[in-house]
Amino acid sequence: MAFDAEAVIRTAHLARISLPAAEVAAVAEQLERIMEMVEALRNVPTEGVGSMAHPLDLEQPLRPDIAQNSDRREALMQNAPAARDGLFLVPKVIE
Amino acid sequence: MEWEVVIGLEVHAQLNTASKIFCGCSTAFGAAPNTQTCPVCLALPGALPVLNAAAVDKAIALGLAVNAQINKRSVFARKNYFYPDLPKGYQISQYELPIVGKGTLTIALPDGREKLVGITRAHLEEDAGKSLHEAFSGQTGIDLNRAGTPLLEIVSEPDMRSPAEAVAYLKKLHALVRYLDVCDGNMQEGSFRCDANVSLRRPGAPFGTRAEVKNLNSFRFLEKAIEYEMERQQDILESGGKIVQETRLFDANKGETRSMRSKEEANDYRYFPDPDLLPLVFDEARIGAVRAALPELPDAKRDRFMQQYGLPAYDAGVLTASRAVADYYETVAVGVDAKMAANWVMGDLLGALNKAGLEMEGCPVAAEKLRILLQRIGDQTISGKIAKDIFELIFAEGGEVDAIIDSRGLRQITDSGAIAGLIDEIIAANPQQVADYRGGKDKLLAFFVGQVMKASKGKANPDQVNASLREKLKAGSQ
Repeated sequence: MAFDAEAVIRTAHLARISLPAAEVAAVAEQLERIMEMVEALRNVPTEGVGSMAHPLDLEQPLRPDIAQNSDRREALMQNAPAARDGLFLVPKVIE
Repeated sequence: MEWEVVIGLEVHAQLNTASKIFCGCSTAFGAAPNTQTCPVCLALPGALPVLNAAAVDKAIALGLAVNAQINKRSVFARKNYFYPDLPKGYQISQYELPIVGKGTLTIALPDGREKLVGITRAHLEEDAGKSLHEAFSGQTGIDLNRAGTPLLEIVSEPDMRSPAEAVAYLKKLHALVRYLDVCDGNMQEGSFRCDANVSLRRPGAPFGTRAEVKNLNSFRFLEKAIEYEMERQQDILESGGKIVQETRLFDANKGETRSMRSKEEANDYRYFPDPDLLPLVFDEARIGAVRAALPELPDAKRDRFMQQYGLPAYDAGVLTASRAVADYYETVAVGVDAKMAANWVMGDLLGALNKAGLEMEGCPVAAEKLRILLQRIGDQTISGKIAKDIFELIFAEGGEVDAIIDSRGLRQITDSGAIAGLIDEIIAANPQQVADYRGGKDKLLAFFVGQVMKASKGKANPDQVNASLREKLKAGSQ
């Protein structure tokens, strides 16, 4: 799989990672090597093997529908860089 | 040649569970911001989601109601995108293996015909929080109370061919989720909202390129948005242009859709199975338990209303369009003429509610009171006309039917002597009309009936007045 500069820049943008233009070529090469490693999996015979959604052979346990959490806003907001009037504040989102 | 519109809908129904889909926070609407949050729905490190059993059962219920395949094994996936109201940077959803597969919904078309609309799938996912752009200058406030509220996204096939069909589908689905009690259906609060995929084509041709109109939260907006898209796309196509596949937002104030540029780059969601959640697996017994608890569904109820109450299809359809109206009608119709009850519920009651801007849930006249009122018509205590006055009074101010009849002296006059007395007075006071009537002007009977009813303040039994008048006027002419 060819990881060209355009794919690297797009992936970086989707992940919100800022990538200096000078590093794009090097990152492309690294990603290429990772993909080669993954490519090796293609050689594994998977005929008749169902797709695996999770490595553990377990099923999702269910929780009864009970609202039991109390208001811990003050404590939970301690981590927020900015908050006011009970709201988390973020830079203006432009629609 | 004409254009044909092709419409598919994606409906997001908030499931009316007490707690969120993956944590024990309350889902109640209207709480102070961020007071219904916890490490799970705030995406604090190390917190793990645990699936809510009620969300699963409500999804199964909807699946059964649309005759869909229920997948006993389904998988949760991460849908990755960045937005401040999505704390984890991904939404937990279902992608390749949804809980509900293909199904169908029968809708009634405006011309009375029925149409089968395909359901592609329905999957469980979590709602995002809310962004408040207005409150702070230069900053956006985030309320995450809604983050993690369970949603069922119900995706239709592109089977609808007019705005009216799309509205009929959405109304049917809206009634269904409320019948099933899986969603409160409150469109203003956003518990039931809809995205529309709209494209045009020449009849018989392959589907054209579609535009997706987001977040339509009323039936009227859905209709307007589709109508606007049809015009917009027709203009582009007929001037030789091409439709761009994009996400658009409906502006209710201007009645138009506009491109949401911010979403253009967001359509690469890189779905993958969520390693925090194991596959959801359940057995036939779970489906059986949900099936056993299903209420009577709208179509079955409509058929029963036609049989049990002898109502025409139209009446039965109106009365079963919502579970609240159907329940109300069935309470009223006990010991009361079924068709009269239907006329009152469909006409007087729904009309008054509509005028007052109320839903059936907020109806100020209890069904038992309307039943008593109609029984008083049936047993000749009051006339239909007086009943309407009493209904209006109770609707506006409350009160008990029998107490109002007594305290206001509204009891119908059925004493033939009293009615005869009134008629004699009217005949004596209108000699010219009496002479004209006897001379052949039969239509004047209505005038006399009106005069007698007026003299009795509407309380005389109209049938008796009619019969007695005919007799007396006839008698005098001989």
